[in-house]
Amino acid sequence: MANLDHIFHSLADGTRRAVIAQLANGPASISDLAQRHHMALPSFMKHIRVLEESGLIGSKKVGRVRTCTLEHDRLTAVERWFNDQRAIWESRHRNLDSLLTRLGGDQS
Amino acid sequence: MKPKLQFDFLVDMKKNTMMIRREYAARRQLVWDCHTKSELLDQWFAPKPLTTKTKSMDFRDGGHWHYVMIDPNGPEYWGRMDYKKIRPIDNYTALDGFSDASGAVNPDLPRSEWNVTFSDQETRTLVENVVSYQSAEALQKVIDMGMKEGMTSTLERLDELLAVLSTRSA
Repeated sequence: MANLDHIFHSLADGTRRAVIAQLANGPASISDLAQRHHMALPSFMKHIRVLEESGLIGSKKVGRVRTCTLEHDRLTAVERWFNDQRAIWESRHRNLDSLLTRLGGDQS
Repeated sequence: MKPKLQFDFLVDMKKNTMMIRREYAARRQLVWDCHTKSELLDQWFAPKPLTTKTKSMDFRDGGHWHYVMIDPNGPEYWGRMDYKKIRPIDNYTALDGFSDASGAVNPDLPRSEWNVTFSDQETRTLVENVVSYQSAEALQKVIDMGMKEGMTSTLERLDELLAVLSTRSA
């Protein structure tokens, strides 16, 4: 099971979330990712290390190019749970809308 | 044409918190009643296709709501909300947790704190519910339990999750 503390810390940053979103489309090299974020390589590497430590991404060096890959499994548990919570609340809200209409609360 | 009702679902990673904000096309007193009277809660609280049944309710500071959400396929999920502070018709705070049929709270599972605020938005009512867990470990326990019990669905859309996460924690 993923360590939520690490995952939360990883995802609590805009750059790191953007990297995750990008990697969802497929693997990418670190220099390619850094360029898209207009960031100097050293500071960008810090983000990559945080993501690697959380297990959200993995990387592999072939020749002089290091390529990052999204580790889908690590995200799944957290992802499912928040999505489920959202779905639960959406369903509740729809139920309550109908109840309010039945009670004559709809003023529009 | 009806105005679109606002709905926000925001996750704050640093505070282990979810904020659920929703507008209703009804006056505040009625929306408050729906949140605080068992005969009304029973009609909307459980997500479909589950239904809600109140075992007992005592809506006051220090009181509680003991309820069950019933899955048409059999499983029943007992819950207990312990009310802390109630300020009609503005706000209430409570601890929500898993319980058993006798109303005993499951001590092994973390409870979440609810802070629910009601306010007027022209002809509508805005309800803002901040649901917080004490720590990332507490949240992890609840998530692990959900996995084990198979209570989770198969929604796996990364873009939806990222939309949810890309909020206040940035």
